[in-house]
Amino acid sequence: MLENNNELASPKPNAVDYEKIVSSSKFKQLIQKKVQFVVPIMVIFFVSYFLLPILTGYTSILEVKAIGWITWTWIYSLGLFVMVWVFAMMYVKKAATFDQMADEIIEENIK
Amino acid sequence: MSVPAFILFLIILLITLYITYWAAKRTKTANEFYTAGGGLTGWQNGLAIAGDYLSAASFLGIAGAIALNGFDGFYYSIGYLTAYLFVLFIVAEPLRNLGKYTLADMINARFSEKKVRATAALSSITIVIFYMIAQLVGAGALIKLLLGIDYWIAVLLVGVMMTIYVLFGGMTATSWVQIIKAILLMAGTIIISFLVLLKFNFNVVELFNDMTEATPHGENYLHSGIIYQNPLDLISMMLALVLGTAGLPHILMRFFTVKDAKTARSSVVNATWVVGIFYVMTIFLGFGAAKFVGSETIIAENPAGNMAAPLLAKALGGDFLMSFVSAVAFATILAVVAGLVLSGASAFAHDIYGQIIKKGKVTEKQQMMAARWASVGVAAFSILLALGAQSLNVAFLVSLAFCVAASANLPVIIYTIYWKRFNTAGAVTAMLAGLITAIVLVSVSPNVIHPEVGKAFFVGEPLFPLTNPALISVPAGFIGGVIGTLVSAKRDEKKYAEVSFKANTGFKGAD
Repeated sequence: MLENNNELASPKPNAVDYEKIVSSSKFKQLIQKKVQFVVPIMVIFFVSYFLLPILTGYTSILEVKAIGWITWTWIYSLGLFVMVWVFAMMYVKKAATFDQMADEIIEENIK
Repeated sequence: MSVPAFILFLIILLITLYITYWAAKRTKTANEFYTAGGGLTGWQNGLAIAGDYLSAASFLGIAGAIALNGFDGFYYSIGYLTAYLFVLFIVAEPLRNLGKYTLADMINARFSEKKVRATAALSSITIVIFYMIAQLVGAGALIKLLLGIDYWIAVLLVGVMMTIYVLFGGMTATSWVQIIKAILLMAGTIIISFLVLLKFNFNVVELFNDMTEATPHGENYLHSGIIYQNPLDLISMMLALVLGTAGLPHILMRFFTVKDAKTARSSVVNATWVVGIFYVMTIFLGFGAAKFVGSETIIAENPAGNMAAPLLAKALGGDFLMSFVSAVAFATILAVVAGLVLSGASAFAHDIYGQIIKKGKVTEKQQMMAARWASVGVAAFSILLALGAQSLNVAFLVSLAFCVAASANLPVIIYTIYWKRFNTAGAVTAMLAGLITAIVLVSVSPNVIHPEVGKAFFVGEPLFPLTNPALISVPAGFIGGVIGTLVSAKRDEKKYAEVSFKANTGFKGAD
């Protein structure tokens, strides 16, 4: 825990073999699960984020009325807000499983 | 100044001073000073992140930008919010797991060389100073408008208050000032939005329809392109906004105030709700100001549109609501600059003094002394710069801070956590490449050299066409890191194993 740990992580000898842990199948599985979840979402996020200035900057296809004068530019932008909230909630749910795996790895490798 | 405004300002000063008094009794150790003891809950820290992040530039600046330029003003809202998804997925948890007080701590968890820490401290201090001058200059101008006092008195008032909060109350006082400010800001924004929507019987479509005739821009008001004629300029700015947040030292520092990665995660999610709802409401603030105040009146008061929100409050709720909104803006400024002082002080006192000069061999008392002196030093230096920088364009300084954060800090954060082959040389070159490219390109950009007289410091053709250089300087930071790493033969796979394990599991060490 951190409350009494006022010294910074100094190079004190430690008995934990980190290389062995990170090459264990369970740790690799944790990283793989994280990558499988995080990477596609980040790709979708950045593509849709930068698509907005590309579409508004180079084309006028979003400058079309959708609901009254709420144009597609606004709907797309607010869609980005909704996307952030949805992905954030999905992440919290998924991260709980990562937490559980991480705790198991610590427990199995460090006594 | 009106009597209600004076009383509300005074109430804010008294409440925040009382918090500082209360916090001072709980600030005995360096850990308490820098992280409030690491005991904030997810909701407390979420609100504090929102309070730390939503600056006067967000509240007054974006409301004004939307009022005057329609959709183009809303780009800021989009970028500032969506940045949090990136913070949540990529940065927050590893940072909490590896760091202690500062960003440099986290990078040093992998590379213990002094030059890495020194470079990280340098880039943090650069960002903090740019951001701070922007906030203080904006604050001075704003309080001058709101209270009718001289610019230098306004800067001194804000400067002295922020110093008191940090000096005596450290992170505890700063956090609670930020939490209260976030609540006040949300309350103020909700009240104004409610009053604007009430005029339209809560028919948002009606509001949008009305906007096509409410401003001189006509239908274009609802389309992109009033400010951003050059799409590359727009894309570059959007890049700085979405990646910059994850490299801002005063935001990153907030993750050390919670006990573990799980709480860091819930803080970001809570902040995302608060910040997101706020930024959606900037539409109503901006549209309302354009409709009920009118762009001529807004520009007459302040050409950048900064007075749009207070003027709208006056139009809808009279002098009292305007006083309330002005007081909220004041609290907003105080909360942000306090966070900046603290992060600047941590880079000086903890990184440079404690870890580099004293090599980590400092007593608790020395650490506290250094932290307090550094706070006073950072505050005094920023006040002096702000007094001399009255004429600087605030938006330019803020976008520069975001750009440096995205270019100098972000690549090294990503590589440290996720790239096995990364090494010391790469860490230094990543930071320097991003930092230097960003600053050099800005200094030859249209912000500094502009063909029209009075638009910038120099008249002439800019050597670099984009106002925000992120499109070049962010890749420069990433490529700089790769080149530095490959040139140096050094590898540290053993250390990376430890860093990767700790970053992913929150394991603190075998002691």
